[in-house]
Amino acid sequence: MRLKGKVAIITGGAHGMGEAEARLFAKEGAAVVIADVLQKEGEAVAADISAGQGRATFMTTDVTSELAWDKLIATTIATYGKLDILVNNAGISGSSVGDELALAGWERLMAVNATSVFLGTTRAAAVMAKSGGGSIVNISSIMGFIGGADSHPGYSASKGAVRILTKTAAVRFGPSGVRVNSVHPGFLPPMLNNTNADGRASKVAVTPLRRLGEVMDVAYGVLYLASDEASFVTGTELVIDGGYIAQ
Amino acid sequence: MQPGKRLTGKVAIVTGGASGIGAETARIFAVHGAMVMLTDANVALGESVVHDIVAAGGTAQFSQHDVRSEERWSSIVAATEASFGRLDILCNIAGISGRDPTLNIQTSLTAGPRLAEQTLEQWNLVMEINATGVFLGTKAAIPAMQRAGGGSIINISSICGIVGSHANAAYHASKGAVRIFSKAAAIQYAPDKIRVNSVHPGFVDTPMTKPGHSNPDVARKRLEVTPLGRFGTPADIAAGCLYLASDESSWVTGSELVIDGGMTAN
Ligand SMILES: NC(=O)c1ccc[n+]([C@@H]2O[C@H](COP(=O)([O-])OP(=O)(O)OC[C@H]3O[C@@H](n4cnc5c(N)ncnc54)[C@H](O)[C@@H]3O)[C@@H](O)[C@H]2O)c1
Ligand SMILES: NC(=O)c1ccc[n+]([C@@H]2O[C@H](COP(=O)([O-])OP(=O)(O)OC[C@H]3O[C@@H](n4cnc5c(N)ncnc54)[C@H](O)[C@@H]3O)[C@@H](O)[C@H]2O)c1
Repeated sequence: MRLKGKVAIITGGAHGMGEAEARLFAKEGAAVVIADVLQKEGEAVAADISAGQGRATFMTTDVTSELAWDKLIATTIATYGKLDILVNNAGISGSSVGDELALAGWERLMAVNATSVFLGTTRAAAVMAKSGGGSIVNISSIMGFIGGADSHPGYSASKGAVRILTKTAAVRFGPSGVRVNSVHPGFLPPMLNNTNADGRASKVAVTPLRRLGEVMDVAYGVLYLASDEASFVTGTELVIDGGYIAQ
Repeated sequence: MQPGKRLTGKVAIVTGGASGIGAETARIFAVHGAMVMLTDANVALGESVVHDIVAAGGTAQFSQHDVRSEERWSSIVAATEASFGRLDILCNIAGISGRDPTLNIQTSLTAGPRLAEQTLEQWNLVMEINATGVFLGTKAAIPAMQRAGGGSIINISSICGIVGSHANAAYHASKGAVRIFSKAAAIQYAPDKIRVNSVHPGFVDTPMTKPGHSNPDVARKRLEVTPLGRFGTPADIAAGCLYLASDESSWVTGSELVIDGGMTAN
């Protein structure tokens, strides 16, 4: 087991890639705290993991709230004694905020996709530093590298922010043994409330490996970065995109 | 697949397998169930690594190899298919730093000849082994991987393929070539399910870096700019190669995996 004895928080773990990571991490021996706004779904995932011999709990958490982060981390430590891994995966799609050029949409995207990562990374790193180190994995996107005609400018900006804040955090917290890396998924099944979901089929044609990603494709990369196998990896961008941005 | 083993049934060629990163990668691949064709120019060392792998219960064979020889590449790929039935993974690890081979300890902070003092022969040697060798290997592996229905090619570049330094400019150029060659190969052979990725180690303790790291001033200066505050181990790089070799990364191609303790994020 590759995460034996580790304690992990996965935000946005009630659905999609976060759910896949929660299940994989538990299978690899970690105790997992699923933090999401979707209470019913999150509790069901945690219950399912627990029924299958894994260790998982759910905590209703809005990652845009500083107070919620304090509570999440304190409860994790009270429950499991420590924190080794944080996956900042919660996010919302560009189309979920409606009008592309309205200020409110930009602010919402920055709050959920970027500010949350700042809050989580800094709070978790402080706790991890005290216990000798840890691994933080921040989910950015290929949109953190390239412009996309149908990507909301605020979505791309939020993901670019995650990419570079990850490097700053890696440099800052490296001496305390805290590793911070970003993962950049390409086109996977659509996110919740994505109104462009139909456009997915056309993404296959532009993805060199000729298929959309699956949640496990990303989950395995996150597992690698979370585990001690990557103990010399920090400040790195792991692109998992079927070759899309290499072209 | 047996629990815990991530390369069961796969066949891998690992170049530069006699020493450092290559030896550890070959060993870890074998531990994970791969059948390994270990190649290197250094016969005595290469055979001893194979001996150790086999003694530990793994499957491996040695082939003498100069990665600059196209002819040798085709016979090694043929021998691999003959012995193990297929080819799934090629790990191009053989390489040289271009440093004077008689130098046991680096005496100044800047290694090797500066650009204006570099001879064409020195430049060519580094390019031929580090860059042309990767081209020849990739070229030789592709038909075998097409026969196998896909595969994974892992090319060892370096952080020197991403940033500049006072080190040998030919080394930088060769590693930059590996970085972008890998992307071109990835795009061209993605339809055949052949994945091509590059790995970019930072400073790793191996025979290659020994002359540099034997000078405490050189070692200290490097560690000061490494956020994680240590040198890499061959196992750190081998673990990244394992991830890219296995089906866990089956949607990863044309990517760069930097394993450098945070040095280039700095
Ligand atoms: N699906 C893709 O094609 C794709 C591509 C690249 C990157 N990503 C990124 O990967 C991550 C996961 O995406 P997914 O496809 O699994 O999406 P998803 O919509 O299936 O899951 C996202 C999860 O985050 C949760 N969440 C949203 N806002 C939250 C908040 N304020 N607080 C707590 N939880 C919240 C949601 O409830 C949901 O469970 C996101 O950061 C996304 O931007 C997705
Ligand atoms: N050690 C580091 O800090 C570091 C950093 C970045 C990249 N790298 C790269 O990693 C790879 C492995 O380096 P290492 O540190 O393990 O070095 P090493 O010197 O320990 O091993 C290199 C191996 O390549 C073999 N080799 C050299 N020329 C050859 C040729 N023409 N044909 C076949 N085999 C040949 C050598 O015999 C040796 O066994 C190299 O490509 C190197 O450039 C190393």
